[in-house]
Amino acid sequence: MSRTPLDTVEHAAATPDVELPWAELGLKKDEYERVVEILGRRPTGAELAMYSVMWSEHCSYKSSKVHLRQFGEKAPQSDAMLVGIGENAGVVDVGQGYAVTFKVESHNHPSYVEPYQGAATGVGGIVRDIIAMGARPVAVVDPLRFGAADHPDTKRVLPGVVAGIGGYGNCLGLPNIGGEVVFDACYQGNPLVNAGAIGVMRHEDIHLAKASGAGNKVILYGARTGGDGIGGASILASETFDDAKPSKRPAVQVGDPFQEKLLIECTLEAFKEKLVVGIQDLGAAGLSCATSELASNGSGGMRVTLDDVPLRDSTLSPEEILMSESQERMCAVVEPDKVDRFLEICEKWDVIATVVGEVTDGDRLEIFWHGEKIVDVDPRTVAHEGPTYERPYARPEWQDALQADDANKLPRPTSGEELKDQVLKLVGSPNQASKKWITSQYDHFVQGNTVLAQPEDSGMIRVDEKTGLGVAIATDGNGRYAKLDPYTGAQLALAEAYRNVATTGAKPLAVSDCLNFGSPEDPAVMWQFAEAVRGLADGCQQLGTPVTGGNVSLYNQTGEAAIHPTPVVAVLGVIDDVARRTPVAFQEEGQLLYLLGDTREEFGGSAWSQVVHDHLGGLPPKVDLERERLLAEILISASRDGMIDSAHDLSDGGLVQAVVESALLGGKGARLVVPDGLDAFTFLFSESAGRAIVAVPRSEEVRFNDMCGARGLPATRIGVVDGDSVEVQGEFALTLADLREVHEGTIPALLA
Amino acid sequence: MTARIGVVTFPGSLDDRDTQRAIRIAGAEPVALWHKDKDLKQVDAVVLCGGFSYGDYLRAGAIARFSPVMDSLIEQAKAGLPVLGICNGFQILTEAHLLPGAMLGNDHLHFICRDQKLRVENAETSWTGDYRAGQEIHIPLKNMDGRYVADQYTLDKLEAEGRVAFRYLDFNPNGSLNDIAGITNEAGNVVGLMPHPEHAVEPLIGTGRTDGLPFFTSILKKLVNA
Repeated sequence: MSRTPLDTVEHAAATPDVELPWAELGLKKDEYERVVEILGRRPTGAELAMYSVMWSEHCSYKSSKVHLRQFGEKAPQSDAMLVGIGENAGVVDVGQGYAVTFKVESHNHPSYVEPYQGAATGVGGIVRDIIAMGARPVAVVDPLRFGAADHPDTKRVLPGVVAGIGGYGNCLGLPNIGGEVVFDACYQGNPLVNAGAIGVMRHEDIHLAKASGAGNKVILYGARTGGDGIGGASILASETFDDAKPSKRPAVQVGDPFQEKLLIECTLEAFKEKLVVGIQDLGAAGLSCATSELASNGSGGMRVTLDDVPLRDSTLSPEEILMSESQERMCAVVEPDKVDRFLEICEKWDVIATVVGEVTDGDRLEIFWHGEKIVDVDPRTVAHEGPTYERPYARPEWQDALQADDANKLPRPTSGEELKDQVLKLVGSPNQASKKWITSQYDHFVQGNTVLAQPEDSGMIRVDEKTGLGVAIATDGNGRYAKLDPYTGAQLALAEAYRNVATTGAKPLAVSDCLNFGSPEDPAVMWQFAEAVRGLADGCQQLGTPVTGGNVSLYNQTGEAAIHPTPVVAVLGVIDDVARRTPVAFQEEGQLLYLLGDTREEFGGSAWSQVVHDHLGGLPPKVDLERERLLAEILISASRDGMIDSAHDLSDGGLVQAVVESALLGGKGARLVVPDGLDAFTFLFSESAGRAIVAVPRSEEVRFNDMCGARGLPATRIGVVDGDSVEVQGEFALTLADLREVHEGTIPALLA
Repeated sequence: MTARIGVVTFPGSLDDRDTQRAIRIAGAEPVALWHKDKDLKQVDAVVLCGGFSYGDYLRAGAIARFSPVMDSLIEQAKAGLPVLGICNGFQILTEAHLLPGAMLGNDHLHFICRDQKLRVENAETSWTGDYRAGQEIHIPLKNMDGRYVADQYTLDKLEAEGRVAFRYLDFNPNGSLNDIAGITNEAGNVVGLMPHPEHAVEPLIGTGRTDGLPFFTSILKKLVNA
């Protein structure tokens, strides 16, 4: 890319007619013209590089932001919110002086190209976002979606992704406590690799990405800058893979978790000594992003000497240095008299640190190379004033036919024997089967604070050893539901994650999301997106759980075929004392099983319709968020007051799936009776929302019933924890051994 | 008067704070040691904790073994200082030749994290006195390179001298020879094992068992009674 002579600001002003490769860098013609208008001249090559990455879909949210505004506009009043949307990650007050930051991001396209490194660097990126807020990372979660479980390419992608998540997260010493693995042919060629992380800090330790105070130094620290991932963000994340442009493919970055572990420790040590005024991690768009965001959020300008950036490859051009997405780098703003101490800490941890610039009292971001000015921009125009698109959207014409194809009309099992066969088929299907083969490749014990980890309903981490304060996190997102109705589907994802947090005894506080969709240039996809965002914003408003931040991943499609709209929702909760947590596993024989909530004939998008009939049609289950809130309150009270010993949320697969999981985890069976007013099939397979099963010790039955009665939550006694089989009276019985064989055997048979 | 037990932090150590907590729960005083510092701060015993020291680059434990702190540690371990190596710490001890044998990648080539059943084979070491020989315990296991190997002569010698301290039961998670999970030196002061006792010291955390606590109470008793 190097041109002679160097394309300085002066040179650019003098040569207005030079053609720059704006299209190759992913800019549209009108976007390029806007850059020229902003600058009052043509951009230099370096400026063009910066604008092109920062104005990419991935960095600028140009197609999504008109919709995302609703998260702010409809945000419920919440005292818990300390830092909201727009920073590296949102921050929530969890009490006792502690704050928690959490976020979910996508690394979908890179993980398809190079599964191991794509997934690994996804973990690395989200963890740096957490550190940049001032927090110690305490856990990660990984919601994953793959193509059909038996497709040969799934066997290429999945093991690499899982090994990459494990390889990176395990080496960082972060317990992996939650997430999901879902298979569906719609993700063939477009796997979703979302990575979430949680961090904990004291309120006073919150740090922000801003550069203030003229004369303060800008320090780049961490790995050297190399040629990896150049244009990764703008190109990989913003365009579908196009065989005609193979040169865009090998742009996946390579992770070094050891370097990141050092970065965590040395950053936290610098925070502890209060050496840092502002901080930003280098992720997508690398230095372009970090410098322009820091400068844009601060009060002054910034001057950077690019020659001082430590390089892994000395032949890199200034444009490449600005665009490089080399991993494990961060940028800190430090007062001049604290620079020496900051550098000392970096040296202690063997981390390379270099002063590359300083905050100025102007309002320009100026970047120099070999003594000449190659960038002179208003940083806001780069970081925050990118283009905004009002993409056209329209309800797809096939939506009516899809919804009319009612799953409730599918043939149902007619005998106990047939029910039994379908139960076995369900619990052994790839989506419903145990994911132990995958999760056992993740460390969930490290740090010694893990209270609950997958396959529990939510992951739970102890925050304070003395008081037992803890936080819980659950991620959910059902693309099948969202395909049938994106508004409802997004609310169902929210409801499920919210319910999962409450099921473990924690109070849901706040939401983060990762919105995975197809191409925004397709009006049908844009409609799905608009509906899902509207549904989620409305739902969060009603439940009182604000969206603290999140991520949008678009262009998840191959040719004309988009993935199911897949809004993944993470809900964070708090529990006063982790000793009160409620596990999924049945604990004691003789305890009474209660079904909480109402069961209706709701099979649209259900696991049963997929597994037994390979069908997707009808309407997803109805959402009643007031009911979800009531159910959550009951589950939390029952846990706090010791009225229940185990609980499991009901979602995909319905009641029978939940009972089988609780039974297998506890090593104790259950005898079930179909309650009055329900048929066995609906009882077992319906996916009505707002439900959970709980195991109540006999001594607590009256008190528990009284509480549900007084609060108006339907609670139906459906059986007892007992024996070594799951039996539905008058219908069938399945031994735990048989259930375990199909439930735990499926994934290893497909992937090991 | 309680015992002071050092925990070394190498770049890439992960379970240093967890190990310090386990030492505290057992009633001893944890002392942080730093890999660049030769000074062992006159501790009564040392734990080399789990993690990926130096990213496990080159070979697990191979670089850490040359840290300044190891010079003092090797010298004092040979003179009788009790040393426990957990996971990466075990790997470092074999690299430092304080324990025989070596660790290879798991035979199934995956990282594995599970609640592992073990049998205590030797309850006479500095770190196992609070167990009974033959006792069956559950301790979390999590590693990539946990396959213990040694030549036949060494294996025979370990077995004959009762120096296999822990053995995997029911399931060999990594292909270790003779199902070996942990071993001791002749003197019984240096013990290494792949599973993580520091992650089994509190009833609520991890697997909910406290089967790992006796490691830390054993050494405390030994030191305080000494």
